[in-house]
Amino acid sequence: MTPAVRVSGLEKRYGSVHALRGVDLDIQPGEFFALLGPNGAGKTTLISILAGLTRATSGQVQVMGHDVVRDYRAARVKLGVVPQELVFDPFFTVRETLRFQSGYFGLGRNDDWIDELLDNLGLTGKADANMRRLSGGMKRRVLVAQALVHKPPVIVLDEPTAGVDVELRQSLWAFIRRLNREGHTILLTTHYLDEAEALCHRVAMLKEGRVVALDRTEALLDNADERMLELRLETDELPPALAARLSGRAGDVYRFALRDFAEAEPLLGSLREAGIRILDMSVRQTDLEEVFIRIMAKGT
Amino acid sequence: MTGFRTLFVKEIIRFWKVAFQTVMAPVLTALLYLLIFAHVLDEHVEVYPGVSYTAFLMPGLVMMSVLQNAFANSSSSLIQSKITGNIVFVLLPPLSYLEFFAAYLLAAMARGLMVGLGVLLAGFLFTDLTLAHPGWILVFAVLSSAAFACIGIMAGIWADKFDHMAGIQNFVIVPLTFLSGVFYSIHSLPAFWQTVSHYNPVFYMIDGFRHGFHDVSDVSPVHALAVILPVTLVLCALSLQMLRSGYKLRP
Repeated sequence: MTPAVRVSGLEKRYGSVHALRGVDLDIQPGEFFALLGPNGAGKTTLISILAGLTRATSGQVQVMGHDVVRDYRAARVKLGVVPQELVFDPFFTVRETLRFQSGYFGLGRNDDWIDELLDNLGLTGKADANMRRLSGGMKRRVLVAQALVHKPPVIVLDEPTAGVDVELRQSLWAFIRRLNREGHTILLTTHYLDEAEALCHRVAMLKEGRVVALDRTEALLDNADERMLELRLETDELPPALAARLSGRAGDVYRFALRDFAEAEPLLGSLREAGIRILDMSVRQTDLEEVFIRIMAKGT
Repeated sequence: MTGFRTLFVKEIIRFWKVAFQTVMAPVLTALLYLLIFAHVLDEHVEVYPGVSYTAFLMPGLVMMSVLQNAFANSSSSLIQSKITGNIVFVLLPPLSYLEFFAAYLLAAMARGLMVGLGVLLAGFLFTDLTLAHPGWILVFAVLSSAAFACIGIMAGIWADKFDHMAGIQNFVIVPLTFLSGVFYSIHSLPAFWQTVSHYNPVFYMIDGFRHGFHDVSDVSPVHALAVILPVTLVLCALSLQMLRSGYKLRP
């Protein structure tokens, strides 16, 4: 199957700055894919090359099998991009903005789909308002609508929820999830790792222009190998066999690292056999943020 | 074609929505020049035999308005889009560099010619203008507006801030248009400045355009056309090359 996005050996230099250092990446059709990394890791450069806004120094990028340079028309028709910056044209209304954007993509009459987009994004009442009069959240919704006017199979969202309130964030994600269910491929960059964890099937982490992790979200979390069983115990000292397994202690709270939940029951059994009462118990699972911090802390 | 047509229409609506600033104001400015210079000099200056100073001045003012507004349209649209970031909306779609160029070029020409027409129509109130050679008038208006629309496109792509644009406007465009025979015949200049004026393409634009009205000019219209046509073609080629290479727009 042709990947929705294929990135091969991608390099980008800005003078002496080496923004991308040989990135390889395939995103399959229908995936909800997260591209994570600290500021300056190369996420926006990668997306800019994908969208034709920046030219690669070497390497190739394809959208639905179309090279973004040689076959740029076909590639751009397949791609919708929600830019990171809250940009708008102050001369026009919401509807004019969407009509022009449709026209640029070769769609002369697109009002039915524009009306549907306006409705889905809660913009119907603002259709004839000038862009300048919209709140930041509303402008963000128009950016999403602009990216979707030509019904692209691949949608790129570059930090779409930065500075967006909780309500809009929820409704935005509900809409994007629906698009993903309907078959659109979604490529997301975000600094909110809980969003990536909740939404994305696969995650790539970029650091200093290189992919340092690329896996299914669940696999990344599993590989982190860090479920922590926290027990408040009525004892001052553990038997030697249990003490050897201890990961940490704070007062009467004892922490045991587990590779698997199945390890919990034998541990609890050992405590019962030793006659130690359990006063409280909780399990803390590693989240994507911890995985991210750990991977970023490693050398490339 | 839909992409090109949409971008062209968008560019037209963009300036038309602020027509007071982009069309009416330049017409008024040109008329103020006409009022003051014509009032002060009409009785005292005769550049060509049988042509009043006001009648002499009119085509120059029309052409100056055409040039300055063609430049202003493409340059201001591009620099504003770049600085506000909304240029991304025309860079993301599948528009070719030719479509991009043609849309900005034609919209800028439209504004230049619209302002020029406004000045011309208002000028008829002040003086009896004859249209000796409408064909020459049209040829020089179209080619000259295209040339300055191209300069505007290149300046808009090159400039990173409004200060850069103001620099080009004040140190290139205004001197080129003012030192080109709008207000005088270059034959009234000292020999050295006459020679310098012959290296200014705007002189040929205005001189050829003026010939279309009065059937008299400093150089023949064919000579002027022989200068302006290649200049315009070179400026078009340079603009296209700039867009094709992605210079500053797709770094």
